[in-house]
Amino acid sequence: MDITRRRLLVLLPAAAVAWKYVLAGTPELSPNYKLTEHWWTMLIDIPKCIGCGSCVRACAEENDVPDGFYRTWIERYHVADWRLERPEVESPNGGKQGFPPNQDAGGKNFFVPKLCNHCADSPCTQVCPVGATFVTPDGVVLVDKNYCLGCRYCVQACPYGCRFINPRTKTAEKCSLCYHRINKGLTTACCEVCPTGARQLADLKNPKDPIHEFLRTHSVQVLKPHMATGAKVFYNGMDGSVR
Amino acid sequence: MFKDTEHLARLAVVIVIALFAFVILRAAVVPASFGQYGHYRGAAIAETAARPIAFAGHDACEACHTDVVEQKKQGRHVVIACEACHGPLAKHADDPSSVTPPKLDTAILCARCHEANSAKPKGFPQVVTADHSGGIACDTCHQPHRPKIQTSTNETKTETKAEVEKKTEGKK
Repeated sequence: MDITRRRLLVLLPAAAVAWKYVLAGTPELSPNYKLTEHWWTMLIDIPKCIGCGSCVRACAEENDVPDGFYRTWIERYHVADWRLERPEVESPNGGKQGFPPNQDAGGKNFFVPKLCNHCADSPCTQVCPVGATFVTPDGVVLVDKNYCLGCRYCVQACPYGCRFINPRTKTAEKCSLCYHRINKGLTTACCEVCPTGARQLADLKNPKDPIHEFLRTHSVQVLKPHMATGAKVFYNGMDGSVR
Repeated sequence: MFKDTEHLARLAVVIVIALFAFVILRAAVVPASFGQYGHYRGAAIAETAARPIAFAGHDACEACHTDVVEQKKQGRHVVIACEACHGPLAKHADDPSSVTPPKLDTAILCARCHEANSAKPKGFPQVVTADHSGGIACDTCHQPHRPKIQTSTNETKTETKAEVEKKTEGKK
């Protein structure tokens, strides 16, 4: 077969695509990482949170989160002395640039960092019609962005409002608990930069993890326990007004 | 035997062909790793894990910057990871010579944590920067890695207030 200019023009891109595919291969988990030997969670110590927004900024930088969307965010609660049942909650820009001084400094004021609770019985994974979101054997709720249709069922199903549709990829997105970091032995980006240790990654299957001692000696709570989602982000020192 | 056996046989052939087509199509359409761990694509776990990191982690920083580690040990900022202030520097850790960290503006950076706010824990050191420094860079007086100002009885002599004001006259 003669290679004419026309044939060459057809062949070259095809060869390029094929070569790219060969080079890319399929990614594999690091050999030392065993999925069944971990059960990841996070511990949030509310009395330590200073609302600096470092976690929100780090998360956006680590995971390329688009502006105006948050995989983690900080809420500031203001509970007036006379209206305990109606807390005022604000989260300007997700707390990314910190918080302006309170208008009404009275009452009870505190910060609550939020993120995906990586529920063991998560509603979001149960409603996915195609199996694009799932709980991994090591207890992290992930989204398979190559399989997601962008149907938004999971966004509605999450009782914690942790999911959004990424405007670039048009697929569901959420906190991955920095899955690409934790299986390399690193902590999550938010826990890495938290200056006060208010956020701590924990592995419940690791008997040496300090979380076990902490859980034994403190009264911890999860968000919306009545939803029975099996939420795994534990909050210490959480006020009853937190939603 | 039925009198219309031939019809049934034809129907059976059609069903077998349809079944065969279904099995072939299904094998072609369903990803290979689907169902490996559950009702999802098992390969998606490794794909998520393959994403490159942006924050190197403080262990990577401390391997080279031992002088800063020693300095931090003398102050309360010892618990703060390097990249909490300096930003994501995995690229710098991979190639320290060509990628250098950006210079930081302490007037903004320190205030993010230490600006007074009634929602912050009471024991946390807070200042109203407008009263405390008037907006000048915090590292004019404080050394960020060891923020407590050294008194003259210590090894380092601190600048007097007049000296600081003279130094920062043009910056205000």
